[in-house]
Formats: sequence, C-alpha cells, structure tokens
Amino acid sequence: MTGPTVSSPLLSVNSLKVYFPIRKSLFGRSKEWVKAVDDISFTIKEGQTVGLVGESGSGKTTIGRTIVRLQDPTSGSILYEGKPIHNLSQKQFRPYRKKIQMIFQDPHNSLNPRLTIESILREPLDIHFPGMEKKQKKEKIVELLEKVGLSAEHLYRYPHEFSGGQRQRIGIARALAVGPKLIICDEPVSALDVSVQAQIINLLMDLQQEFNLSYLFISHDLAVVEYLSDYVLVLNKGRIVEEGTPEEIYKHPKDAYTKKLIASIPSI
Amino acid sequence: MNEKRSYIKELLRNPFGGSACLILLLLYLIAILAPFLAPYEPSDQDLKKTYHPPTKIYWHSARFVVARYKNVDPSSATYKVIEGEFCPLKWFVHGYAYRLLGIFPSDIHLFGVEKPDRVYLLGSDNTGRDVFSRLVYGSQVSLSIGLIGVSITMILGLLIGGLSGYYGGWFDNVVMRLTEFLMAVPALYLLLALRGIFGVKFSSAQVYFLIVIILSFIGWSGFARVIRGLVLSLRSQTFVDAAIVLGQSSIKILLKHLLPNLASYLLVSAALSIPGYILGEAALSFLGLGIQEPSASWGLMLAQAQDMKVFMLNFWWLLTPGIAILITVVAFNMLGDVLRDLVDPKFRIYQTKRG
Repeated sequence: MTGPTVSSPLLSVNSLKVYFPIRKSLFGRSKEWVKAVDDISFTIKEGQTVGLVGESGSGKTTIGRTIVRLQDPTSGSILYEGKPIHNLSQKQFRPYRKKIQMIFQDPHNSLNPRLTIESILREPLDIHFPGMEKKQKKEKIVELLEKVGLSAEHLYRYPHEFSGGQRQRIGIARALAVGPKLIICDEPVSALDVSVQAQIINLLMDLQQEFNLSYLFISHDLAVVEYLSDYVLVLNKGRIVEEGTPEEIYKHPKDAYTKKLIASIPSI
Repeated sequence: MNEKRSYIKELLRNPFGGSACLILLLLYLIAILAPFLAPYEPSDQDLKKTYHPPTKIYWHSARFVVARYKNVDPSSATYKVIEGEFCPLKWFVHGYAYRLLGIFPSDIHLFGVEKPDRVYLLGSDNTGRDVFSRLVYGSQVSLSIGLIGVSITMILGLLIGGLSGYYGGWFDNVVMRLTEFLMAVPALYLLLALRGIFGVKFSSAQVYFLIVIILSFIGWSGFARVIRGLVLSLRSQTFVDAAIVLGQSSIKILLKHLLPNLASYLLVSAALSIPGYILGEAALSFLGLGIQEPSASWGLMLAQAQDMKVFMLNFWWLLTPGIAILITVVAFNMLGDVLRDLVDPKFRIYQTKRG
C-alpha cells in the first residue's frame, strides 16, 4: 500500500454515462436503454491505485473499456492530464494508447493462440516504436519478460504452453511494453487460483513502485481491492454508492449495498 | 528452440493422411507429366481399332512385347489375340511433339510401339483413341479445376465474409441476404442455368475458365457465411480488444490476429471442397456442357461411355475415368478429414495416437 503522492490528477472522469440501446424503433432510434454507467465521476492521481468494486453487471468493466476507447461514452468527459480524450477519433487517440494500457480478465483469451510470446510482445513495440532496431526490440522483450518473472527461454513458446498465472504475466508484460503511466486492470486476478492471485497482485504492486504506475483496479473481490487500493469506489447498477479509503469502506460501510458486499467476503 | 508443432510431419505420419498425400502427389505428377506419359495424343484416332480391349503385354526374349490382335467380328468389336505375333514395347520412344509444362519442347514418350501397331493400356474408345492417354490428359483438367476453383472461392469468401463479419452493419446485411439467395437455389440447377446463359460456341480453354468461374460463383456463398461467423466470434475474443488497446490498425488486426486463426479452417475446408469442383466439372462435361471434344476430361469420357454397347458388351475400360474420379475424391476427402483431426482434436474420425 503505497501512500498517495500528492499531485494533480492523471485521469479524471466527469459525470460519465454509457448507455446501451436495447430496443430500436422502426427508424433505428433507440426507445429503451440499459444504463451501464450512469453519471460517474472520479479521479486517479499519479502513482495511485483506485479500486472499482461491484458485482457483475454493475458497469465496472464498461468504465474501463470506455477509458481505453473500446466503448464510446454516451455523455460526460474523460480527461488525461487535463486534456479531453473521450471525443478524439481513434487516430487522434493513438498517442494516448502509449500512456493508457489495459490488462484483461481472461488470460486464456487475451493472448492470440497463433502467436509466439515473442511476437505478442513485439506487437506493441512495432506499433509505438517503429524506429527501434530488431536487436533492441528483442532485448527489450527479454527485459520485459524478466520484469514479470518469466525468462528468455519462454520467447518462442505459444500461449497454450503456459499456466493461467504465467499468461497473465505475459499480458502484464504486453501492457508494460509501451511504457504506460496508467493501467486499467480489468479483473486481472479473478480467473486465477488464490495462491497465484497473490503472486500477481504482488507483481502489480512491485511494478507500480518501479515505474510509478497508476492503476484503475476493477474487481468484484472486495478483499483484493482493499489490499492494494488507495481509494475505493463501490459501484452498483451503474452508480457509485460509496467511496473512500479502503479502511473507511471496510470498517465503517455506510451504504447497505457495501455492507452486503463486505458480508459476502468468505472468512477463513 | 522453436517448438512449433509440425502439422506436416503429423499428417504424413498418419496412415490415412500419408497415403492420401501420396496418392494426390502421384495424381498431380501424372497430370504435369501427361504428354510424356501418354503414348498418343488425346485426339489421335484409329477407326480400324474401335473398342479395342487393353492389349496384352508379356515378357518375351528379354523384353516386353505387345500382342497383336485381329478384329474377328467388327459388328460387335470382338478382338482375338493372334498367337505368336507381337511387336516390341519400346522405352523412351520418339512420338508426337509436345511442350512439357508449356515450355520444354520434346517428343520423347515413356513408352510406345512402332506404327502401325498400337499399345492400348486401357483399351480404346469408339473412335480408336487410347483411353489411357485420354485419362492422363483428362487428369489435367479435373485436377487443376479443383485447385483453381477453390483458390478463387477462398479469396472471394475471405474477402466478402471477412469484411462482412468485421465491419457488420448494412454491408453485412446485404451480403448475407445475397448468400441466402444463392444458397436457396439448388446448386446443380444454378450450375446448369449459369452455363445456359453462356452459349456453347467456346474453345476448350474458354469453357474451362467459364466452368471455373461458374463453380466458384456457386461455392463462395457458403464459404463467406462460415468465414463471417468465425470472424464475428474471433472479433469478440479479448486478444482483439488487446490489439485495439495497443493501437493496432484494423487491417493489421485482420491479417495478424484473425487470418491466422482462420488458417486451419481454410486448409481443411479447401481440402474438403475440392472434390465438389472435380465432381462439378465432371457433371457439366457429362451433360455435354463442359469440356468439349476433342479435348479430354474425366466427365466427358464418362459421358461417352454412356453408350448401350459399352454395357452390353462389357467394355469395362471405358469406365476407368469413373474410378479415377473416385480415387481423387476419396483422397481429397481423406486428406481433409485427417487435417481436421490434427487441427481440431475434438472431432476425430481417423483415430491415431499423437505424441
């Protein structure tokens, strides 16, 4: 748990709304909407981890996907270092892809099964560092692998030859490759065994220290979020029902939904 | 260091896959070397030797000799061996001139006999043409039409189905309704109707390309639909999202992330759909709408064997093109099935252990 460094917000999300049409009228205008994200605001400071917690369908993944522009917002704004990024075209947004990266939930699907680890990790370098020499790229890839606890011997293997935890490490290495400042972690440990979960979480925290990363940590697991977040948002049905430091939320929950979430943590 | 699984090795090690590959290799070799292997041109007639049975070849005084025949009853085409009379079978003889692969001029043939004697490995047809030579030449048409047809269909299907699945929207709608329309019409009737639109006055080469185009036109729709479905399902995979988040362009995502994941399907379905083209060509030629005389194709040869005489008098050798089609189609199907087993271990037809 790194203490929040006092600085201006790296990312600020202001009254973000993401609605999905569910039924269309004859002329293609939507009649009914699912309000996946409904008026949400928060900020992430440099080096900070913001935890986003809520049950399935609470809209937490949609928030993450909207920040990296896999999803267009219905209204509201997203500012990166004070500049709006929610209304940029995909092309204009491209430079920001170097700054904002994502780690995905399912490590089995997030790596292309037909590519070797080497080519998976070379892709971000090819896109954002076209001038880099082949040899340099390879050195960088090996360095990335070592950073996430793998080694050069894994370079020419395929994703199916790795365990879930190892694959998630590769996913983390891929996100790190472009040198991001903010990483959206979309349930990065939910698909892993408990012992592996701890390893990955510790890796994420080590990397945060080393590269001064900021995380938006999305999870349904309150215990995990409490462990590594500086600030926690509790989401229910697209709205923030409670926010605060992990201690506040965990020890003195005010909202009924938060209490329910805390009560559902299995105690050993 | 590279531990990539070698599909080719596994394919060849599989008894079914290996033999299918061997048969196909042999067939294509025959097609390529047709002018060298065939002792006569496919149009070379001898009206005195119609419906000649396969000539007997035997070992005599340290060489192969071909028996001479006498036409006992011209009305029923009955031939009898003349005892003691024969002509020597010669290797690498000079015969009619040809260009191997259309480039290398030559007049050497693997085997042959001195004129006016004739060697009929598989007998002769109603105008005394050598069935073996026609069979060998016919393989060029039948075997190439599958490969060319499948290539065109694949390119069409990939392009249309891929774009349709990746971009969706109105384009997807239009394309899918079009494919449904094409699929609603029974293939054979569509084939005949399309062939009917064009006249009959074409040269053999033109007819050949016409057939390829018609067959591809019929084939692409089903293919495009499957590709579209696969692209749709692949698109929702997280690794595509990851590539977008990394800032990869759409074209590169299609080529680098989607296409390689389709490759196995493409390979299998190509091997499995080639027989359709071979049979399609055979059907058209059989109905007199395909390859025209005097060129040879297996379908055309079968059409000529339709004569009542053939069945009444048991001229079995005229049905050998049917056997050739059967072997080719079975070999391609077997290859396709084995490939599918290798690529997708969930559906196993030819069970073999894999290390």
